[in-house]
Amino acid sequence: MAKAKLTPELLKEIYYYMALSRAVDDRMWILNRQGRAPVVYSSNGHEATQVGAVMALNRGEDWIVPYYRDLAMVIAYGETPREIMLHLLGRAADPNSGGRQMPAHWGLKRRHIMTTGSVVATQDVHAAGLALASKVLKDGRVSLASFGEGSTSQGEFHEALNFASVHKLPVIFLNENNGYAISVPARKQMAIMDVAARAQGYGIPGVIVDGNDPIKVYEVTQEAAERARRGEGPTLIEAKTYRFVPHSSDDDDRAYRSREEVAEWKKRDPVMTFEKRLIDEKVMTEDELKAMQQRIKNEVNDATDFAEKAPLPDPNTLGRYVYAE
Amino acid sequence: MAVMSYLEAIRETLRQELRRDSRIIIYGEDVGVRGGVFRVTEGLQKEFGEDRVMDSPLAEAAIIGTAIGAAVNGLRPIPEIQFADFIFPAINQIVQEAARIRYRSNGDFGVPLVIRAPFGGGVHGALYHSQSVEVFFAHVPGLKVVIPGTPYDAKGLLAAAVEDEDPVLYFEHKAAYRSLKGEVPEERYLIPIGKADLKRSGKDISIITYGLMVNYALKAAEALEKEGISAEILDLRSIRPLDVQMILETAKKTGKVLIVHEDNLTGGIGGEISALIAEHALFDLDAPIRRLAGPDVPAMPYSPPLEHAFMITSDKITEAARDLAKF
Ligand SMILES: Cc1ncc(C[n+]2csc(CCOP(=O)(O)OP(=O)(O)O)c2C)c(N)n1
Ligand SMILES: [Mg+2]
Repeated sequence: MAKAKLTPELLKEIYYYMALSRAVDDRMWILNRQGRAPVVYSSNGHEATQVGAVMALNRGEDWIVPYYRDLAMVIAYGETPREIMLHLLGRAADPNSGGRQMPAHWGLKRRHIMTTGSVVATQDVHAAGLALASKVLKDGRVSLASFGEGSTSQGEFHEALNFASVHKLPVIFLNENNGYAISVPARKQMAIMDVAARAQGYGIPGVIVDGNDPIKVYEVTQEAAERARRGEGPTLIEAKTYRFVPHSSDDDDRAYRSREEVAEWKKRDPVMTFEKRLIDEKVMTEDELKAMQQRIKNEVNDATDFAEKAPLPDPNTLGRYVYAE
Repeated sequence: MAVMSYLEAIRETLRQELRRDSRIIIYGEDVGVRGGVFRVTEGLQKEFGEDRVMDSPLAEAAIIGTAIGAAVNGLRPIPEIQFADFIFPAINQIVQEAARIRYRSNGDFGVPLVIRAPFGGGVHGALYHSQSVEVFFAHVPGLKVVIPGTPYDAKGLLAAAVEDEDPVLYFEHKAAYRSLKGEVPEERYLIPIGKADLKRSGKDISIITYGLMVNYALKAAEALEKEGISAEILDLRSIRPLDVQMILETAKKTGKVLIVHEDNLTGGIGGEISALIAEHALFDLDAPIRRLAGPDVPAMPYSPPLEHAFMITSDKITEAARDLAKF
């Protein structure tokens, strides 16, 4: 893929996906508080990291291997608000799982979004394996795995980095470091300051990037993808970011972090700051922005109505797809 | 037809499959240059190159986890776990991922994957090179568990496993590798997974077993014949799925069932088979079901008398069968 330029169109598209996923996210919480969605996992605060990263990929061709935090990522990778809402509400037409998995367990083959479970870090080795096939088949694809910093304590994270670097696989490991694994702070997770430092132990580049700046994330991901496609192997990217909401709708983050800390990070809300930048730099006019926000609102309303009216799975399908049919 | 060892049958099948389908890759610890610690993959790297037969890092979760990814992206991986005893670091990937991927994606994704692993004892392997681990996986819907008992079956079942669209665990008994020999056709053939095989027909008792034990049971049947006891031997060939129909047929035919496995007694597949017979053929039985299995100790000890005491032998099978026949 030729190096894509940061055209105004691309900047607007990045903003659109960030704002759209924030709006979908906000709606999911409302549905949860109204008792209409039993559980919510959020990408609220991580939008710049997730959208910036996948916009640098060959979307639909390269593989992404996301985790439950990656609502904005899968939206930027082509899941529509309707599809997201069908998944949230466990509807039969949920393309991720037909209502089988808990919300935020993504997977959509036709868009090259790998299916994911709940067990953290299992996806890291899958990304290495997808890349192994790309190397053997010479299909030119890159795979990107994303994961929280807490999950980097798992063996499979380390096994994936090691395997991929030994075999120089075309894979990008994207760490979304939000400082917490539910309640456990990063300093109780590792005796180093930066996840990126792990890269050195595997002989690959480890890059730290401001995870609240989509352009910076875009640029480092683009570089990692090019490196991967040149056959030079994996890159570990650590995007420093923050989640603005509790771990899930069943968590209460007041138990483990101060309101001051949250407020401090919110000053750098990625959606707000990027919006301001696009206006300041005259990439978008106020009117254009308003029109886009209205469009997003309509999309979210439509998706909610659509999913709520969609049928639930038929209990008779419980036994299907244990094996190939 | 060529006479081959169990090991050669597996190697030649791997070779044939690698030649047939360029999407097949083999990897694991020491499988490349060295050709595997048991030499099962000997010569394959030379013939097919390092991209298709490769040495992996010493990390089982990575071996299986990457194979899952590779399978999703278009390859047909046949990873090897060097000893079944060391499959546990990968159990997360096998049980939580490979087995559940089709189900959790509502049929969108599948994982065509064959995991080969040598297992079983009687080779002075002690606790960590003798284990029978098959039942951990037989418990899991979404997996298939295949255990061939002859060179002929080893070939047909391996080819069928490669052809399968779902994850298959293919366990090879270490003591069978060089001790079992038999005729194996040159051409490719498939033995459907889930079909048991009547290895010997008889009328007095049924011995239901799989893997190396099939051969021990056949020897026992010869000894029993001399005593006037006619034993029927059903080789399960896979323990998930089980061939329920053939299990019930033989149970109904002889009315006396002996189930044999090297895996330990409690929670072994024998319990499941007993339950099936009790549920569906109780009134055809002429005696209580008997199980002859590895003892309930954590694993096989090293020193010869201890190892011998653990192992199932044809003498032990003969004795148990004689006892049952007299009932
Ligand atoms: C193997 C495993 N252990 C425990 C859990 C329960 N759990 C789910 S998310 C989580 C915290 C993960 O934190 P991190 O990796 O930093 O990701 P974040 O949610 O912060 O994005 C835990 C402990 C799990 N899903 N998998
Ligand atoms: Mg975290």
